[in-house]
Amino acid sequence: MGQPIIQVENLQKTYGAVHAVRGITFSVEAGEVFGLLGPNGAGKTSTVEILEGLRTADSGLVRVCGLDPEASGNEFKQNIGAVLQSTSLPDKLRVKEAIDLFADFYKRRADTRQLLKQFQLEEKQSAYYMHLSGGQKQRLALAMALVNDPKVVFLDEPTAGLDPQVRREIYAIIEQLRRENTTVLLTTHYIEEAERLCDRVAIVDHGKVIAMGTPRELKHRAAGTTRIEVRSARPVVDGILSRLEGVSDSREFEGTYVLHSSQPPQTIVALVKALEQENNELQSLEMFSPSLEDVFIELTGRHLRE
Amino acid sequence: MGTTWTLTKMRIRLAVRNRAFFFFSFVMPLIFLFGAVAFFTKGSVGWISYVLGAILTLTVMGSFWGLSVQLVTFREQGVLRRFRVAPVSASDLLASSIIANYFLTIPIVVLEIVLCRYAFHLKSWGNLWAIFVLVTLGSAAFAAFGLIVASVTNTMQETQMINNLLWMGFLFLSGATIPLAIFPGWLQRFALFIPATYLATGLEGSATNLAGVREIVTDIIALALGLWVAFEVSRQLFRWEPEAKAPRRAKIWAAAALVPFIVFGVWENMAGTRIRQIQRDYKVLSGHTMPFQSPQSK
Repeated sequence: MGQPIIQVENLQKTYGAVHAVRGITFSVEAGEVFGLLGPNGAGKTSTVEILEGLRTADSGLVRVCGLDPEASGNEFKQNIGAVLQSTSLPDKLRVKEAIDLFADFYKRRADTRQLLKQFQLEEKQSAYYMHLSGGQKQRLALAMALVNDPKVVFLDEPTAGLDPQVRREIYAIIEQLRRENTTVLLTTHYIEEAERLCDRVAIVDHGKVIAMGTPRELKHRAAGTTRIEVRSARPVVDGILSRLEGVSDSREFEGTYVLHSSQPPQTIVALVKALEQENNELQSLEMFSPSLEDVFIELTGRHLRE
Repeated sequence: MGTTWTLTKMRIRLAVRNRAFFFFSFVMPLIFLFGAVAFFTKGSVGWISYVLGAILTLTVMGSFWGLSVQLVTFREQGVLRRFRVAPVSASDLLASSIIANYFLTIPIVVLEIVLCRYAFHLKSWGNLWAIFVLVTLGSAAFAAFGLIVASVTNTMQETQMINNLLWMGFLFLSGATIPLAIFPGWLQRFALFIPATYLATGLEGSATNLAGVREIVTDIIALALGLWVAFEVSRQLFRWEPEAKAPRRAKIWAAAALVPFIVFGVWENMAGTRIRQIQRDYKVLSGHTMPFQSPQSK
């Protein structure tokens, strides 16, 4: 294994009294799609913006393509592409003009027509930026991130705020990048996104990496448990659910009881009996195989989107 | 230079698609021109050249408004941060806005001169070389002053407020609207510290062909120095991020842009030649039908 294309060691960043990044360490190999998964305010955007050269780290080591993003200036920028979380373009810039404009800044430039086709923007190439839908704007942002055929692409919450269909379109584009062996660093708070798109994921919370590995490895850390979500007619007496056979963890989220069980059939039988004894009624029951959400809950005791 | 030129072309494209730009940069100066010719010259051909100088000054000074507003809008909308991850520097962005503004100012300047010459029977073209140099440096310098305003303000509201204050000063204390010669002596001396005075007296003197070489060279040097300092200050204070606030030192840096004009103001006040020149030019023009009564000519 050669030198990682992205290297982050003990990264720290504070904003006044807020300690946004507290010693984050990870590395990304060339051709890998690496995800930073965590709730809002976890420190993902601060980390990725330091990597993009938009922010200055308080301390720690950061290298992208062997270069220091802050000190290497244009040489560094020639090698990266970025979709920022909060950004815009001039209202009356046309789609094709925007791609051509940014392509002109780089030594290597992709074919504009090819990008328009790849991102399904051919029909909108003469439209003003202000007239594009959210999904079209995001596809344009992705096209612009690839105008220089970059070695590393940073995607900061690329599907935030988009409807499910548009989100799936963006997933298809990222999967295409993955097939083309483009190195991608993706931040997200969507479990599905991280599980589906990333080769490896770092789960970030309160400015720290609390777990890292492939989605499969991380899900195994959820102790091979199955998540059972239960709703009952009346509240369940405290402590009863956590004592059920096979249950390793039990929590309540907004009226839904979430159980993690290593023996789901036994747990369900015991659950039905326990509710009968309480004269309570089972309203719904759903079973889920372990997800990264379960890993997050196990590690932090919270849902990702709390 | 390639990046600056690419950005310049984008800015020109965006400006011509903007109706507000078209109104403020093309329609309004023409309204001023027709209004000033009708109101101030009272049919006297001699005063047309003076009015032309004043209108050119207003047109060139207008650069100041548009650029500050555009830079703040781009910053607030997060447009600048998108450029920041590309190989684009603050200098590229600032220089492109100044150059684009210059190319957009030239057509209206030419139109104003041609209109005065052929529609309002201007007898002479004036000192066209001096006009060209002063318009070039003036448009760049006032654009750079606008960029400083954008650098020291945090919101569009603040930008508009400071723009209004400065614009009023530039408009009424520089001789661009009211001839300096009819001001009280102390106000004439104060006007020599205002950047717009060097543009207004230079363009009026060049259009009327009354300004001497020394006066025009002084105006050119003052505007060139003002441009250089203002560009450097706005580069130092440039902020990419919408949430980045202007640091306290920003106001001190901004004040540095006035240094060349303070130096020239002191020098011109001590020499006294410029005020004498302004009064002499006014007397010459007053030989024609006078729109104003000068205290000195009584």
